[in-house]
Amino acid sequence: MKPTDINNPNFFHNVVDCQWACPAHTNVPEYIRLIAQGRYDDAYMVNRVSNVFPGILGRTCDRPCEPACRRSRVDGTPVAICRLKRVASDLKGDITERLPKAPETKNGKRIACIGAGPASLTVANDLLPLGYEVVIFESSPKPGGLMRSNIPSFRLPEEVLDFEIDAIVSLGAEMRYETEVTSMKELISGGFDAVFVGSGAPRGKDLDIEGRRAGGESRIHIGIDWLQSVAFGHIAEIGKRVLVIGVGNTAMDCCRTARRLGGKDVKIMARRPREYFKASPWELEDAEEEGVEIIVNHAPKRFIIEENHLVGMEFEILKWNEGATRSEVLDTVIIPCDDVILAIGQENAFTWIERDSGIEFGKWDMPMVDEVTMESTLPGVYFGGDAAFGPKNIIWAVAHGHEAATSIHNHCHGIPINDRPPVGMTLTSQKMGLSEWSYHNDYNPSPRQQMNHIELSRRFANLSLEVELGFSAEQTAREVERCLNCDIQPVFRTQLCIECDACIDVCPAECLTITEDREDELDLRRYLTAPAENLDEPLYVSTKLAQTGRIMIKDENICVHCGLCAERCPTAAWNMEKFVLQLSYAGTSNKKGK
Amino acid sequence: MPSIRKPLIPLAPHPTNALGLTVRDYEGAMSTLCAGCGHDSITAALVQTFFELDTPPEMIAKLSGIGCSSKTPTYFVSGAHGFNSVHGRMPPIVTGANAANRNNLYIGISGDGDSLSIGTGHFVHAIRKNVNMVYIIENNGVYGLTKGQFSPTADVGSTTKRGVPNEVPPIDPVELALSLGASFVARSFSGDKKQLIPILKAAIEHHGFAMIDVISPCIQFNNHQGSTKSYKYIREHELNEIDSVFLRSSSQIMAELPTDSRVSVTMHDGSLIAFRTLPENYDPRNRTAAMNYIHEAKAKGEVPTGLLYVESEQPDIHDLNRTTSKPLINLPLEKLCPGKKELDRFQESFV
Repeated sequence: MKPTDINNPNFFHNVVDCQWACPAHTNVPEYIRLIAQGRYDDAYMVNRVSNVFPGILGRTCDRPCEPACRRSRVDGTPVAICRLKRVASDLKGDITERLPKAPETKNGKRIACIGAGPASLTVANDLLPLGYEVVIFESSPKPGGLMRSNIPSFRLPEEVLDFEIDAIVSLGAEMRYETEVTSMKELISGGFDAVFVGSGAPRGKDLDIEGRRAGGESRIHIGIDWLQSVAFGHIAEIGKRVLVIGVGNTAMDCCRTARRLGGKDVKIMARRPREYFKASPWELEDAEEEGVEIIVNHAPKRFIIEENHLVGMEFEILKWNEGATRSEVLDTVIIPCDDVILAIGQENAFTWIERDSGIEFGKWDMPMVDEVTMESTLPGVYFGGDAAFGPKNIIWAVAHGHEAATSIHNHCHGIPINDRPPVGMTLTSQKMGLSEWSYHNDYNPSPRQQMNHIELSRRFANLSLEVELGFSAEQTAREVERCLNCDIQPVFRTQLCIECDACIDVCPAECLTITEDREDELDLRRYLTAPAENLDEPLYVSTKLAQTGRIMIKDENICVHCGLCAERCPTAAWNMEKFVLQLSYAGTSNKKGK
Repeated sequence: MPSIRKPLIPLAPHPTNALGLTVRDYEGAMSTLCAGCGHDSITAALVQTFFELDTPPEMIAKLSGIGCSSKTPTYFVSGAHGFNSVHGRMPPIVTGANAANRNNLYIGISGDGDSLSIGTGHFVHAIRKNVNMVYIIENNGVYGLTKGQFSPTADVGSTTKRGVPNEVPPIDPVELALSLGASFVARSFSGDKKQLIPILKAAIEHHGFAMIDVISPCIQFNNHQGSTKSYKYIREHELNEIDSVFLRSSSQIMAELPTDSRVSVTMHDGSLIAFRTLPENYDPRNRTAAMNYIHEAKAKGEVPTGLLYVESEQPDIHDLNRTTSKPLINLPLEKLCPGKKELDRFQESFV
């Protein structure tokens, strides 16, 4: 076996499953420990470095970190990472002094950002402190993009949104609200050094079936447009019987908003069975709790219009094969309704980018964008967020924004675009005494804490009343202890090992083995103390041990980072060391070793 | 002292044995011995052995004397019976317990000081009587609890941590046991569970006194350059020519017998010890051959390990005394204590 290269930050980074899964690589265990210590300001700032919007994401994030969380492999349910992020944001004090500042002397570079959503705001967040001038064009009267228009305020209170956006705008971004950009060519010739397109996927898909344009148009709504109209106060009511077509998170936001605007009988209409829904399970549960009915295996057939009025919709009742790849029509049914909301997906619309501008478009009329640099085929023009690769979510937009800012910085300073600043790491011993660690190393068997919701009866009184109450102090105290501190890692120093077996004997997860070297990894995985069956988790393989020439293997899969191996090691060959990933952002020195 | 107890991980894929127990069910309290102590590895080997043999915890009696070694029964099988005796007095306590209940599995844990200094007299008599027990000497050559003075197994020339050499010749427990007629004699190394676990299994199934001298480095006082019982020294000087496997009594036993088996010994209960590798002209059933082999190896500065000698048909203490086949607790009271009339009649017989 090839020994593991522990000088490559990727190895230890991969062990921190949550951080690895997070597109922005937020240092999750570090901020959870800070919350445990009551250091909410510090926890917030650790978050903000990578994900820029801790308060917003603490409520709305798609949470790619949670399915990855090691805790789910240990007791079945992940740490409530997202809820804890919100705790840091809710309980923080005044952190304004610690936010980035923009220098008075500018560097003379002007950047245009299209759209004031999370991607553009991240670019501005990274570039303004370096002295850039950033001009943000936004078609609506307020910043935030889909975070404001598409996420209802009962999920994301306006003051949270305003605070985090203002932290960036107040750095001196030049905001041009209600300004539609109509020509890329014109923009480029307007004296900008670089252009960032973060305009989202602003066009909701329509459903062109019979009856769509037969007089009932005023009661058939495109989901994201309708949510935006609600957010900006243009729509304040809806009929009693509402059908929402679609199974994503936007559909859930639509039906829950409809319940607050007068909808009594609100139904989600789905073509496929429930296990194929795109919505996050928790959003589906919240919708159902609010009395939204979910009807599966119904495909829209036509809108029924009588005397220029929408009166209902006809659906085909489907029967699906296993795997839901093929269906047959069993019957049709008419469901009466007052309004229909279409939430069947979003599309990009780049009508304003001239096809001869040098920006090439590929499949589905999407711009061709480099996945690392976010650069289009026209140097100096970058894409990010939903505008780059179609609808994803906020945390991806933030990750794109960081990368695009680095590219813009390189572009403006004549540095090759692929010369990315290096990602570094530090490893720091956490030993405080003979059997004492700087972190709480015991495994805590508490189950995942459940979020408290405002009572159902009070929920619909006010559209902006936040439904989730956040964790109580007791719940927070319990939940933080569920975190396994994956960033505090057993690090092995071969030359110190005397092969006494103490670590192997004491390991509660049976994840350590000293064994003869084998050529084939799959073969080796079978002969460990406990077979290493999770192939997604790489093995930590040492170089040959001094006394017997055997090798030390660690299977990371269910290691709970309790530190007993290091505690029982007489020579500190195993030691618990805190891994900190040194992420690079725009302006980080490109020179290695600095 | 570890900062925490070894945690239980709910989804850890622990296999279960025939009793439905996992290996974790055979553990005891957290060890308070020094980090890296060889004794903890022996404890772990015992835990694994009991698990693999499906031993009911309540059938195990673990007994010890005084010393680092004698602390270790606390660290395995919490559900077993236990007795921590006076220094060197573990063998007579086992003898008594075994006389009362011959069905239990007696595991005596002792050290080189406990067995070969203060307790030598009891040790040799337990061998003589062939008490049915497993006798483990956790042998590190020093008195660890009192800061590393030489014990009776320290080799001539071996030094203390500060460099003072030992000049008094050692007692070798293996040679002592062989010369006293022990029926099962083995030596192993705490750093080699692959060898130790099959020996432990055979020792547990052995009918009679099974002595295992396990070299178990003292990480604190006897794991240095001048030591002859350090991890490094043993790995460099171990003569590991005898490899045995233990096969449990079953109808499958012949099918499991390794094809390269050189010699096999049938145990009292029908189990089998198969020797896969042996030194040339060596027979583990021949006491004289074993003694010669050990002598010659020692003369060359080597430490021979493995199951060195086994005699499965030697009568044990119950056979010799013709005692009842049942544990005393299973006898009806009138048989166990027949009353004054019977006692009088018995005493009359001497008049």
